[in-house]
Amino acid sequence: MTHLGSESHAGVYRYDDVDRQFVFERVEQFRGQVARRLAGTLSEDEFKPLRLMNGLYHQLHGYMLRIAIPYGVLTSRQMHRLARIARIYDRGYGHFTTRQNLQFNWIKLAEAPDILRELAEVDMHAIQTSGNCVRNVTTDQFAGAAADEVVDPRVYAEIMRQWSTLNPEFSYLPRKFKIAITGSLTDRAAIEVHDVGLRAKRGPDGAVGFEVFVGGGLGRTPFIGKPLRDWLPEADLLAYLDAILRVYNQWGRRDNIYKARIKILVHELGLPALRERVEQEFAQIRGPRYRLDPEIVAAINDHFAAPPFAEAAVSVSGSLDRHPELPAFGHWLETSITAHRQPGYAGVTISLKPIGGIPGDLTADQMDAVADLAARYSFGELRVSHAQNLVLPHVREDALFDLWQALGPIGLATANVGLISDIIACPGLDYCSLANTRSIPLAQQIGARFSGPGEQQNIGDLSIKISGCINACGHHHVGNIGILGVDKHGVETFQITIGGKVGTGAALGAVIGPAVAFDQVATVVENLVAVYLEQRQAGEPFVDTVARIGTRPFSEKVYGIAA
Amino acid sequence: MASKAITANRVQDGVTIWVGPDENWVERIADAAVFDDVSAETVLRAVKARGGTGFVVDPYVIEVTTNREGPFPVRYREQIRARGPSVRSDLGLAIDRRPA
Repeated sequence: MTHLGSESHAGVYRYDDVDRQFVFERVEQFRGQVARRLAGTLSEDEFKPLRLMNGLYHQLHGYMLRIAIPYGVLTSRQMHRLARIARIYDRGYGHFTTRQNLQFNWIKLAEAPDILRELAEVDMHAIQTSGNCVRNVTTDQFAGAAADEVVDPRVYAEIMRQWSTLNPEFSYLPRKFKIAITGSLTDRAAIEVHDVGLRAKRGPDGAVGFEVFVGGGLGRTPFIGKPLRDWLPEADLLAYLDAILRVYNQWGRRDNIYKARIKILVHELGLPALRERVEQEFAQIRGPRYRLDPEIVAAINDHFAAPPFAEAAVSVSGSLDRHPELPAFGHWLETSITAHRQPGYAGVTISLKPIGGIPGDLTADQMDAVADLAARYSFGELRVSHAQNLVLPHVREDALFDLWQALGPIGLATANVGLISDIIACPGLDYCSLANTRSIPLAQQIGARFSGPGEQQNIGDLSIKISGCINACGHHHVGNIGILGVDKHGVETFQITIGGKVGTGAALGAVIGPAVAFDQVATVVENLVAVYLEQRQAGEPFVDTVARIGTRPFSEKVYGIAA
Repeated sequence: MASKAITANRVQDGVTIWVGPDENWVERIADAAVFDDVSAETVLRAVKARGGTGFVVDPYVIEVTTNREGPFPVRYREQIRARGPSVRSDLGLAIDRRPA
């Protein structure tokens, strides 16, 4: 199996010489800053903003490097390089985040410039993974592959990446700014819980335009995004984003970090007033200078041309050999496969949630192995999903069995995508300096509780999301079951919500009652599931049962009385 | 009055460290010096004043108890800093586990 030269068709934007020169120069600039810090001529206060601009945080155990994975797209070569970094500079593993990025937790400051140089060699960096700027644009992990895709969102994610990277006007916003874009009928990018959410779609004439949502977000004050515009022509994308950010830059609060996100501005101004200001700004700047040139769109679109799908060797969907003698393969197919736009191909989600494992963690050896599998089965291309899983976007259906067999020995064939043990969990108190409580051990306990044969499949679609503090990096507000860690006088306790969901019709969960102790959480989840199994109607997922019967039966089961 | 220790992370490699009996930095909390409230604040000021923050990140005072092995943090957060992630016991202790 080879990984060299096998990814020429991977759907990634390829840097030109100017991009590369800039990233290498940035590395050397940071090397000088690190040298001055190590020599003591820069204080931590002076150095902190410089390291954060390069993705280097200071966390519970020391330095953490957050590496940008633009819109979650990686090549095999890049994954191999991440494995190398994990092995040489870290402690043999990395952690994929809900922002489709990768974090290394055990970085030495003295080696950080060398790591950034290693990244630059494969067209990667850690710029704008921190700070009050436009962060990594996120999108559908099946972009360019999904059967229900209307517009390929990678093209516009890349345009926004170029527009926002080192944009001097938006480098010191009131607070960080997150944009998500989807181009499919099904929203897999959670666009309604981002500062700006975009739904790319086509008008009656086939032209591309965008539906724009604003002011979504989680954290201590969660809001579902509000519809700002139903149709924004492609040519006006950057002008309109500029207008939104200018309004936010001017009117967003800088006096209180907890009220500085655009969602608070939307809430305080009201949507009509915000829309009026954005439209006024848009009217002023709209014009040739800000117009998105169709030739530029076409040129970037060329970077994301479809790989050379095999037309002759494909099996017909539905006639796939499911190997009934191996039920485990059938379970894996049921949970891990997404319909592809190309007949005979499938999108494959690789769960990073083994029972008892740490959500989102991958060892260096697994990185190398999965990179090789991507080279062999998916045109050298991988994706990171916001659910902390990996995706091989283009796998021939007649290769699925071989792929599954290859994933098993490296611990990556867990058949739980979308099920109760496919838990999103923030790093929590085990790694994060902001956290109040642990998150990962809860995910491990809950996964173990539902690990019986067929148990998860019987429960069906159910998302659990765990945050170790109110900053909500584990997206607990939009979990079908949300778990929020709260420190009560030095004791870890957990607030439980139910009924949250992401995607089309996103909703925030409702609190079911008083917070519970660490060792009670898994039992509470069991009780919630028991109510669901008792009350559900045929084909009804957990979140719909909650919507139909309300939270009361669940509260009564958990607390013994109506909460 | 609770016993205190002083902790930080080393600038060069991020390793978690504590002030030892001779006011040098040590890598095991069991080797840390124990102070009362007043002397902990005095030592912390001295660490900062003599330019210690040039070589350590974010020094601060923590509460500790003392067991057979020596001082140990009271708060769970500090226990995790001292022992490593609760979910990765193989990474315990603030030492470089990188293969030679």
